[in-house]
Amino acid sequence: MLSEYAFWFLSFVAVFSAAGMIFSKNPVYSVLSLIITFFAVAGHYFLLGAQFLAAVHIIVYAGAIMVLFLYVIMMLNLNKLEEEKRSIWSKSLSVATGGILMLVLLAAVRRTDELNAIAAGEYDAAMGLTQNLGNVLYREFLMPFELASVLFLGAMVGAVYLSKKELA
Amino acid sequence: MDALLIYKFILCVIVFVISLGMAAYMTWGERKLAAILQDRVGPDRAGPLGLLQPIADGVKMFMKEEMLPTQSNRFLFILGPCLFMITACMTGAVIPWGSGITIGDVTYPMQIADINIGLLYLLGVVSIGVYGIMIGGWASNNKYSLLGALRASSQMISYEVAMGLALIALVMMTGTLSLGEISRQQDAGLANVVYQPLGFLIFIICAFAETNRAPFDLPECESELVGGYHTEYSSMKLGLFLFAEYINMFISSAVMATLYWGGYNFPFQHELGLEGNTLAILQTVALFAKIIIFIFIFMWVRWTLPRFRYDQLMHLGWRVLLPLSLANIFITGIVMYFLGKLN
Repeated sequence: MLSEYAFWFLSFVAVFSAAGMIFSKNPVYSVLSLIITFFAVAGHYFLLGAQFLAAVHIIVYAGAIMVLFLYVIMMLNLNKLEEEKRSIWSKSLSVATGGILMLVLLAAVRRTDELNAIAAGEYDAAMGLTQNLGNVLYREFLMPFELASVLFLGAMVGAVYLSKKELA
Repeated sequence: MDALLIYKFILCVIVFVISLGMAAYMTWGERKLAAILQDRVGPDRAGPLGLLQPIADGVKMFMKEEMLPTQSNRFLFILGPCLFMITACMTGAVIPWGSGITIGDVTYPMQIADINIGLLYLLGVVSIGVYGIMIGGWASNNKYSLLGALRASSQMISYEVAMGLALIALVMMTGTLSLGEISRQQDAGLANVVYQPLGFLIFIICAFAETNRAPFDLPECESELVGGYHTEYSSMKLGLFLFAEYINMFISSAVMATLYWGGYNFPFQHELGLEGNTLAILQTVALFAKIIIFIFIFMWVRWTLPRFRYDQLMHLGWRVLLPLSLANIFITGIVMYFLGKLN
């Protein structure tokens, strides 16, 4: 019962802060709303028993990535609203790309009923604990996991190369 | 169940009050210690040895006129110090302050929440702690404040990396993320610092940087930035910033004592023939003795070492501490492999 109330509360916070992030005129308020959204989503992870995911979500997204976002916004001092003039072409293209993303998300959401029917019977509450997650990641999915880290390394090298172009 | 809930509530209040009390008397301790190191007398007007000085300071902070810069963002300007204070107080929840106290015939753990991701909770709270400084510094609409806020954020992010990696070596060894479990393991064996001396060294340096203490107090460096992120703050809003820094110091001392120096355990505790609540109280006293030693080191360093330059700070964080902590993980792994502790 309590977890149901928590679910509705967190969902309410998540949806409204996400809307606030889009509609806010001030970029700093947008960033702060997005941080609140991340906290609400982390709360959902907790409700699902994925403790590790929730903690890492806070550390990585709210604690590191959003700090860098805020850093850049402060650095550029974007506190005044400057309405950019955009051509009708770029506007319609952004609508199209946003629409395609929406389509993909809807396609994913549409199938949740089927997935739920499978998971409900054999749901393991301890699945999201750190130890179980580690066992799965480092035994069953070791190869994709390591490949993903190589991908990140490649991205990092690329970023360093681009920022030091004059030295190369 | 209800008794447990009431107990936890009381424990929350006690931890909160002790954090504030420690922070208040740390300001007195800091001034006295600075005075001794500089061959002065220090505060001695209010009460014997100036012991009432923190109360006088608190009253002064509350009585001062509330000032809001006209060009600042009102809401964020007030939110900044509040956030900083809240995050400073949140960390105390996962620290085991003692082994367990027996009331009636039930033993209650002296820890508000023994969650099994305690270490991650700690890192999470530390990583969101910087928002208070950033928001406050930006909302002041002052370039010194902004520079202080930017310095604080980049410094915190840089040192969090090395801090997290130093903790990974510890987690590899203990095999748990729960602070309560780490304390209990050190009861059976030696303190973790014996096995992780390099990890502890990295951790304490990062703790200095994360709490913005000298020699890493670049965000409020008075010779370059007036007052840094709190230049525009006055009265109790300034007080919250300064106070939260002392709470952070207190909590990080408690974390270091718990993770690396045996927590509430002290040598030969089971040979004394004491049991139950007497032993539990002695253990809490031992933990607080360790915490006070660490606080002393924090202050000692501040009044001994000069401040880093900003590029030196970044150099130390990324080029010295990060490779060292990676090497520490590597060495820990190899030693564990040869001792047959890996499965």
